[in-house]
Amino acid sequence: MTMITGVHTRKGIPFWRDERVLNAAAQVISAVIVIGLVYWMIVNFMEITRQRGMLLSYQFLKEPAGFPIAESSIPYDPTMSFGRAFMVGLINTLRVSVLGILFATLLGFFVGLARLSSNWLFNRIALAFIEFHRNIPLLVLLFLWYFSFFSKLPPVKASITLPGPIYINQRGLYLAWPRLTETGNIFMFSIGIGILLASIAWVVLRRRRERTGKSTYFGAVSLGLLILAPTIGWFAAGGTPLLVGIPTLQGFNFKGGLRLTPEFAGMLLGLSLYTAAFIAEAVRSGIQAVQRGQVEAAKAIGLSNYHVLSLIVIPQAMRVIIPPLISQYLNLTKNSSLALAIGFQELFAVGKITINQAGRAIPVFIMVMATYLAMSLFTSLVLNSYNRRIQFIEK
Amino acid sequence: MTASTEMLAPPTAPGPIAWLRKNLFGDMFNALLTILSLTVILFGSLAILKWVFIGADWRPVTGAPLLYLIGQYPRDQIWRLALSLLLLTFLIGLSWGVWEKFVKAFAIFLGLLLGVLAIIPLETPTVTLGVRAVFLANPLLIYLGYRIGRLQLVKSQHVVTLWLLVTAVIVLALLPGFDSNPLLPRVPTTAWGGLLVTLLLAVGGIVLSFPIGVLLALGRRSSLPVVKVFSILFIEVVRGVPLITILFMFSIILALFLPAESRIDRVIRALIGIVVFSAAYTAENVRGGLQAIPQGQVEAAKAVGLNNFQITALIVLPQAIRMVIPSIVGQFISLFKDTTLVVIVGINDLLGIGKAVLNSDPQFVSLQAEVYVFIAAIFWIFSYYMSYASRLLEKALGVGER
Repeated sequence: MTMITGVHTRKGIPFWRDERVLNAAAQVISAVIVIGLVYWMIVNFMEITRQRGMLLSYQFLKEPAGFPIAESSIPYDPTMSFGRAFMVGLINTLRVSVLGILFATLLGFFVGLARLSSNWLFNRIALAFIEFHRNIPLLVLLFLWYFSFFSKLPPVKASITLPGPIYINQRGLYLAWPRLTETGNIFMFSIGIGILLASIAWVVLRRRRERTGKSTYFGAVSLGLLILAPTIGWFAAGGTPLLVGIPTLQGFNFKGGLRLTPEFAGMLLGLSLYTAAFIAEAVRSGIQAVQRGQVEAAKAIGLSNYHVLSLIVIPQAMRVIIPPLISQYLNLTKNSSLALAIGFQELFAVGKITINQAGRAIPVFIMVMATYLAMSLFTSLVLNSYNRRIQFIEK
Repeated sequence: MTASTEMLAPPTAPGPIAWLRKNLFGDMFNALLTILSLTVILFGSLAILKWVFIGADWRPVTGAPLLYLIGQYPRDQIWRLALSLLLLTFLIGLSWGVWEKFVKAFAIFLGLLLGVLAIIPLETPTVTLGVRAVFLANPLLIYLGYRIGRLQLVKSQHVVTLWLLVTAVIVLALLPGFDSNPLLPRVPTTAWGGLLVTLLLAVGGIVLSFPIGVLLALGRRSSLPVVKVFSILFIEVVRGVPLITILFMFSIILALFLPAESRIDRVIRALIGIVVFSAAYTAENVRGGLQAIPQGQVEAAKAVGLNNFQITALIVLPQAIRMVIPSIVGQFISLFKDTTLVVIVGINDLLGIGKAVLNSDPQFVSLQAEVYVFIAAIFWIFSYYMSYASRLLEKALGVGER
């Protein structure tokens, strides 16, 4: 009897067994440890910076960088500022990431679907591709491609020629590439208008179909707008706003078209192949996650093979595929920092040179980390909102 | 009984011809695909075989095999590594005897691997008969350990204690040695290299990051706001940046935040970076498992009078971790592969040794393909084996069957 009353009166609990006191104590202790550690590190840092006379300011960003960057999409030379150099690095990261994501997605879906092929041999080739790339480090793959292929390309006079025309030599890859003429801006503007109108038409007409159940031909209308607007733009610009530049050998070098450096090409290829293997696995497991009964039921109500795929399998599979797909995109972007090892100058490489040149390790480092962090947070934001959206229509 | 009771014969297993027809030559498209695949496989494997046996010049690899294994570790101190290896293989054999199915595949794999390494016909002066004898002793020691482990009087807690003891002795005393000790002179980590460093970083990273990751996962789900906020901040910041920035931070920037006189060894700094990085990912994986534990488990545990610590340690965590074994193993494989990034902060791991070998001799200047293919093959074997072992482990633990 005494025991029961003991449990029920709060007075009976000593404070070291009271959960509220314990919780509060745990919070205070962890806060003190973390804040104390940070404080201790800041004190040390102040001491070291005082001794070495380092400054924690971002003034240096306006000073001339003084180092060259091998390739840049915006005008850059060493007399320009550290801030400009940082932008060049960021653009290079984005360039290799966006193109890498594009190629990795195409190749990944292809290989993932090949893994589901009923053709045994074809299936095994896809499996070999996946197992090879998933089990070796990306850095080794990059070294393999870059040092044993891209850094050993023939001189300009002995270029490898591929149909296209594509010329490959030690200065890089030369591709035919469209180039805007003086009136090109009008044409680009019309393309923008076309995309805008097409997406508005798509959304509005699709909603109307969902509401009324009547066919509104939203696909055809959007496609029409997408083609019509640039056509008008083409003639409004007075013809040929766009010329395809074809690389031609002039003297000792190729002129015209698009040049990709061997470093960029090696990085792009390595990243795309490596990430494609992971995307392929995501695609395969996503499609396999669609229950067989779904396909059988769709066939039973008389849908054609195309409609079974486009209305039943793909929408359900995409729900499983997209979250890992986006995290692979994020991995690819972060992995682009390995470009440093093969001499492609992206964000991290430029940051590292800036640290050596300007001697401002901390500010530069904070900038580099914050940039990567911003890209990651943006991606997880997109991923989370997507996840919330698809949870609505969950079975 | 007018209706026939005669039953149809059961379907026979398809013969090889039927299999071919079904899987390779079902229709026109399939047949075309088969022919195309065959061509690719035929020409691909021919080209690869021709390169491996005729085209490639393997001197950078065969010339200095020990370099890839242990780096510049002083050759007169090599007995310390040999002793460490022998101790570890004996312990693995012992564990095989005690835990049977969990270790069996790994023990056999390791024994075969080391046995094969011992008898590879290589004519180099560095691979002495002594080195071969050490390698050859390993499979025997594994078997010896297995027989001893099978004995009734060997209990699993003995083996665990032995593991802790032996790894502590190897990592703290045998490998680094001591200043001014004639028997075990100090071997600075600048001399360590090759597979030794790769495996130390990988195993050290896995072992140390796991408990930290579990704590972070619990912290993230904690009801205490301060603990929760710190955990989330740590996890999200680390996961948001590339590993190379973290390695760089710990190998260069960290020195600015510590007292000027303190010096942390550079391999240790790289290891800290790897542990921090991996812990954040482990935390997210474990959190997935924690979320999947039904609330009823916790309530039932409370009802039988367990306290919070007991509920977490005895009820929630064992179930959660069992559930996420596949993703944790996957993450450890990527950690193992990611250890190559320490090359960028100047540590001679397997890849770093490869680069050093290529730079050591002007004759090797165009033999990058050979060296990197060799290194890729080593990583491939280890990673592939790890994913294979994880499938065995999943089966043994019945993951996904409940």
